Amino acid sequence: MALLDIDNLHARIGGDHGKEILKGLSLTVNPGEVHAIMGPNGSGKSTLSYILAGKDDYEVTDGAVTFDGENLLDMEIDERAAKGVFLAFQYPIEVPGVATMTFLRAALNAQRKKRGEAEVSTPDFLRLVKERAGHLGINQDMLRRGVNVGFSGGEKKRAEILQMAILQPKLCILDETDSGLDIDALKVVSEGVNALRSPDRAMIVITHYQRLLNHIVPDFVHVMNKGRIVRSGGKELALELEANGYAEYQQDAA
Amino acid sequence: MNAEIRPIRTPAEQGLSGELKALSRAGGPRIVALRTAAAQAFNDNGLPHRRVEEWKYTDLRTLMREALPLATPAAVAQVEAHQGLLLDTGARRIVVANGAVVPELSDLADLEPGLSILTLAQALAGAGETLARLGTLEPGRYDAALALNTALATDGVVIEVGEGAQIARPVHVAHVVSGHRPAASFARSLVVVGAGAHFTYAESFEGPAGLGYQVNSATEFVVGDEAHLDVVRLQEDSASALHLSTLLFEIGRAAKVHAFSFGIGAGVARTTLYANLAGEDSQVGFNGASLLKGRQHADATLFLDHQVPGCESRELFKTVLDDSARGVFQGKIVVRQAAQKTDGRMMSRALVLGDDAEMDNKPELEIFADDVQCGHGATCGAIDDDLLFYLRARGISLKDAQSLLVQAFVGEAIETVEHDGLREALVARAEAWLAARG
Ligand SMILES: Nc1ncnc2c1ncn2[C@@H]1O[C@H](COP(=O)(O)OP(=O)(O)OP(=O)(O)O)[C@@H](O)[C@H]1O
Ligand SMILES: [Mg+2]
Repeated sequence: MALLDIDNLHARIGGDHGKEILKGLSLTVNPGEVHAIMGPNGSGKSTLSYILAGKDDYEVTDGAVTFDGENLLDMEIDERAAKGVFLAFQYPIEVPGVATMTFLRAALNAQRKKRGEAEVSTPDFLRLVKERAGHLGINQDMLRRGVNVGFSGGEKKRAEILQMAILQPKLCILDETDSGLDIDALKVVSEGVNALRSPDRAMIVITHYQRLLNHIVPDFVHVMNKGRIVRSGGKELALELEANGYAEYQQDAA
Repeated sequence: MNAEIRPIRTPAEQGLSGELKALSRAGGPRIVALRTAAAQAFNDNGLPHRRVEEWKYTDLRTLMREALPLATPAAVAQVEAHQGLLLDTGARRIVVANGAVVPELSDLADLEPGLSILTLAQALAGAGETLARLGTLEPGRYDAALALNTALATDGVVIEVGEGAQIARPVHVAHVVSGHRPAASFARSLVVVGAGAHFTYAESFEGPAGLGYQVNSATEFVVGDEAHLDVVRLQEDSASALHLSTLLFEIGRAAKVHAFSFGIGAGVARTTLYANLAGEDSQVGFNGASLLKGRQHADATLFLDHQVPGCESRELFKTVLDDSARGVFQGKIVVRQAAQKTDGRMMSRALVLGDDAEMDNKPELEIFADDVQCGHGATCGAIDDDLLFYLRARGISLKDAQSLLVQAFVGEAIETVEHDGLREALVARAEAWLAARG
């Protein structure tokens, strides 16, 4: 069974005269697979990721999304997370006054509770965070601060991957996780992501740059334009896009 | 002037005037004269209403429907059963029940060298010299709550911290209302902190849930040169109660004063703070937070008078409004002509959770000096949707996400409390409030 099945998804910005952004998008993701989505600015990549995570600024007007056999669009935001959907944000937000450790723990325990699992003990939690943070080069001082508060752009991206590593989702959606990362950080973050690759976990990696896909090697590459997937292929498609750009797709769709 | 026609007196005004006919004679001629003058001022001016600028949003003439009989002494066992606030903070505890100190529940033994604590009743009976300072701090305007307190309070706590004394353990005055009939309690306290001394004073207010009692408390703080005073307040009166507090500060040179007021209880609460910055180079911070729900109404009003050069003042007030609660913040900073190099900043922020909640913000600056840095600001809004989404996208429920964000919001003000035990107790009270939210 597919982990994620998006069928002919149409969505617009909420409100009566909201502009349609997704215009019949279909995508099937099986456990263990890594799908890369590339496409010009404004083609709807972040919108897709927000709709999967449950942001209510958008209204789905047609189509269906099935996650692990259930209707994803019917679920509350936090329910989706507990079921295993994780979005690493393109622009992670700062949450002043909520310490990173408090936040991580609240999130992990809330998810476990919803799944009927026991809360993690304090020592187990601290050990888990320390180990995962170490791998990603996140120091204790950052963990003590408010969530993302005063983090640099690259640090914010790393913190997103730390959250992912701790929450262990089934579906990881990475929205431009590579933007803002220096060369070394790109390697560290990619290693963090690769460590999470497993036969029962899938990833959707949104990126503008082929470079990331050298580190996180995808099984499929999709080109998105004007709210639809206009071409799919293997990892070599990313190289072709790098060389030729999106001109031919934009003409097709116009 | 004489031609002004007094409107018909409300039942509450009539009742209070009745109480003011028989004033206590304790304390000698100066104190008796203060009581008489305060009673006269009340009889002349009555309760404030919305056309009185300082009470514009808290119309006591409407909100205080009746004058309640004066509270009678409470049974010790009952007070003991009722008290619950700030019990384990490590502070020295003094219990004032229904406006009178309860010696059986107060820890007045083994006072640290340099610390003197008397009940106001003892002080009025002639013990100690600190009494000379009582009633010397004047707001410079008619204040009905303070006038009633001056006229009617007969007990409270008189604390003196000697020059240079470093008192690590806070003194906590726990105001507890006990009884089954709604009554009015008045308490008056005086805290004199000698030059160079360091002291932490806490006060809390509580009473039986559902009882429509009235509490009127006033505390005067006389802060010496280079002294350091922290004041921590927690008001959790019954949601049916009327709570009126007045805080008066007179601050010397190069002193450090920080006060934090946390308001969670009372149906109607008004706290008025008057501070005179009378000595150069002092630093003051007057902060507060309110957590309001149902139909609660809470008003924090402060008047700050920069009289001399070189002082720094900071105010940060956070108000959380659920349901149809109403919050009021009024802050007035006056910078006198002589008060050059004043650095004053005042901020009021409200977080609105309830659809019918309302916040009134009125920050004001009155500046007569030309070389100053002053600013104020006020914000009022709902919880940021993007923040909520971020937390929920990680699996945190809507209610828990709101709680975390509300806690972070008031936390910024609570964090300013220096004493660990008191700060942690306040954080716990905020958590309890959030946990009780439906
Ligand atoms: N809340 C919104 N209000 C108005 N327009 C929106 C909103 N959200 C998205 N859009 C518009 O929808 C289109 C798709 O935006 P989206 O952010 O999904 O693009 P993207 O493919 O992620 O682009 P990029 O590569 O620049 O990140 C854009 O034209 C954007 O301006
Ligand atoms: Mg995007």
